[in-house]
Amino acid sequence: MPDRAYISIQNVSKHFGSIHAVDQVSLEIQKGEFFGLLGSSGCGKTTLLRMLAGFETLTMGEIYIDNEATNAIPHYQRPVNMVFQSYAIFPHLNVFQNIAFGLRKDRLSKRVLADRVNEALALIKLEGYGKRGANELSGGQRQRVALARALIKKPKVLLLDEPLGALDKKLREQMQLELRQLQKGVGITFVFVTHDQEEALSMSDRIAVMSNGKVLEVGSPTDLYERPTNRFVASFLGAMNLMEGEIKSRRGTACVVETDRLGLLQADARGQDFAPGEKISVGIRPENISILPAAPADVDPEESQTVQGVITNMAYLGDRSHIYVTIPTSPEPLLVARQNLDGVAANLGSTDADIFLSWSPSSVLLLKTSSAYPPDNS
Amino acid sequence: MTERKTQTGARWLKWYTIIYLCFIYLPVLFLPLFSFNDGIYVAFPMNGLTLHWWQEMINQPGMIHALWNSFRVAVPVSIFSTILGMCAAKAFTGYRLIGEKVLTGVFILPLVIPFIILGIALLIAFNSYGIELSLLSVGIGHVLICVPFSLFVLKSRLEGADPSIEEAALDLGETPWMTFWRVTFPLALPGVIASLLLTFTISFDEFLLALFLTGNESTLPIYIWSQLRFPAKLPAVLALGSAILIATFSIVIIAEYFRRQDTNLINERVN
Repeated sequence: MPDRAYISIQNVSKHFGSIHAVDQVSLEIQKGEFFGLLGSSGCGKTTLLRMLAGFETLTMGEIYIDNEATNAIPHYQRPVNMVFQSYAIFPHLNVFQNIAFGLRKDRLSKRVLADRVNEALALIKLEGYGKRGANELSGGQRQRVALARALIKKPKVLLLDEPLGALDKKLREQMQLELRQLQKGVGITFVFVTHDQEEALSMSDRIAVMSNGKVLEVGSPTDLYERPTNRFVASFLGAMNLMEGEIKSRRGTACVVETDRLGLLQADARGQDFAPGEKISVGIRPENISILPAAPADVDPEESQTVQGVITNMAYLGDRSHIYVTIPTSPEPLLVARQNLDGVAANLGSTDADIFLSWSPSSVLLLKTSSAYPPDNS
Repeated sequence: MTERKTQTGARWLKWYTIIYLCFIYLPVLFLPLFSFNDGIYVAFPMNGLTLHWWQEMINQPGMIHALWNSFRVAVPVSIFSTILGMCAAKAFTGYRLIGEKVLTGVFILPLVIPFIILGIALLIAFNSYGIELSLLSVGIGHVLICVPFSLFVLKSRLEGADPSIEEAALDLGETPWMTFWRVTFPLALPGVIASLLLTFTISFDEFLLALFLTGNESTLPIYIWSQLRFPAKLPAVLALGSAILIATFSIVIIAEYFRRQDTNLINERVN
């Protein structure tokens, strides 16, 4: 038996005419993983999901699920179920009939069927809702019914298309936690599509960030947020101070880059391979820059870098503030984020105040402008 | 000044509306009225009320036979054209068709061709293929003109549905065939009923094609037309006409009711 991942997407492409909706994507998803496909609309994430479900044929490549090639299997025979973005609850059936819909072929006795459905209702915390009509449900309840209807089939993989997109913000946050708990409870591999980076970060074990039909980077939420290697990924997830740069020198993993906004910067190449003279992008997260009222005395440039600036603008966002600092070398102000702990916002100083910015070289991210995933092995 | 002008305009519009409605409905109302008139002439003053003509209508075997013929044509016609209309509506809503607008045009063409030309064309076609004229040939002609109506009723019904609902059924392991019966058809049911009633009424009323394409048997409209030559039989025809009028009105109202039915109401009935 070949040694493949639980879901193995191998060099898959989907062309609609001249549009390459999905372009040579290879991904491996492990059993029991909660896997997120993240990207803006039109990036190919939904097409990829629909290919897993069997609703779209592949132009090229092969998808294996549990070591079984799926290209030739029609959607109604795949060990895969889907929760649709609109939830697609059958409007002419009640909750019980909706959940039992996929069990017709199993020819269960009435009692076993009722037990299975009630079990599913308990799983989604809607006990006693069996007789409710589909149109008597709230958005959150519809989503739960769609989940139960798919999970009762005990699929190998559950696909979710923007599962929380139709819910309001409060409910969405609650459902993020619930979905994750549910997934860990049933142990089924979940693959979901979202354009919401927060949703992807909070629910996924691993995320694949897609753009223009390609997967740019795959990794855990912390990897992708704190140590991205791709420029698009770095700017798509959260806020980022981005600049262009060139590697000046390298000693071990320690690099010096010359940037267009901050001059010479110390940085850590980590696992990445950079040659002196290479053009790259450089990013620093706003929360990794601290604001100091005065220049710090005797700093080791290996540990911290400092620059003087003027606060030109501030945005109060409740839990944190965004502070825009103009520095002599940068045409655009740098964005600095600060947690508003115990009234910190109040004594931050006013605009036009002279301050110093400081950051550690380990928070300077070196980003490749275009890196295809997976990286070439050659 | 302007206010008075608008008032005059509004008064004129009111009168126009009244005259218009009278023009449409008054002649129709004469039918039931004179079917109760005790005399064979359709003229005022009326001679008093009688149920005689309604009795005579029931007692005319020819009339009852023609009525029966009309049912024998209209019922299968409504079923067949609804099936064909459903197939076409599925194709229009389910696939991205190339030249969809042209195709739609082709489908409604039978409605734009004058029935007299359609009738002659079909007559020639049936003759050249050696198909004998009978109620069957009338039925075939009626299916031709009923399918477009059925298509449009069902198409508008199917278009309103969320396409992922059918995908959900497929995803839950149903074949396309069972998906149709478990999901598509129940959701389209109000449209199906509306289509059945509408096409039944069209076939039941239709005169020109039936005249061209029938053999020895006559449908009700043709029978009525042939009876108009005998003045003494006219009041019984009026009675029959009134009966048909009431039946047709009720059917169309029921069809419209079902067409407007929202899935909510089907839900309530199912539950």
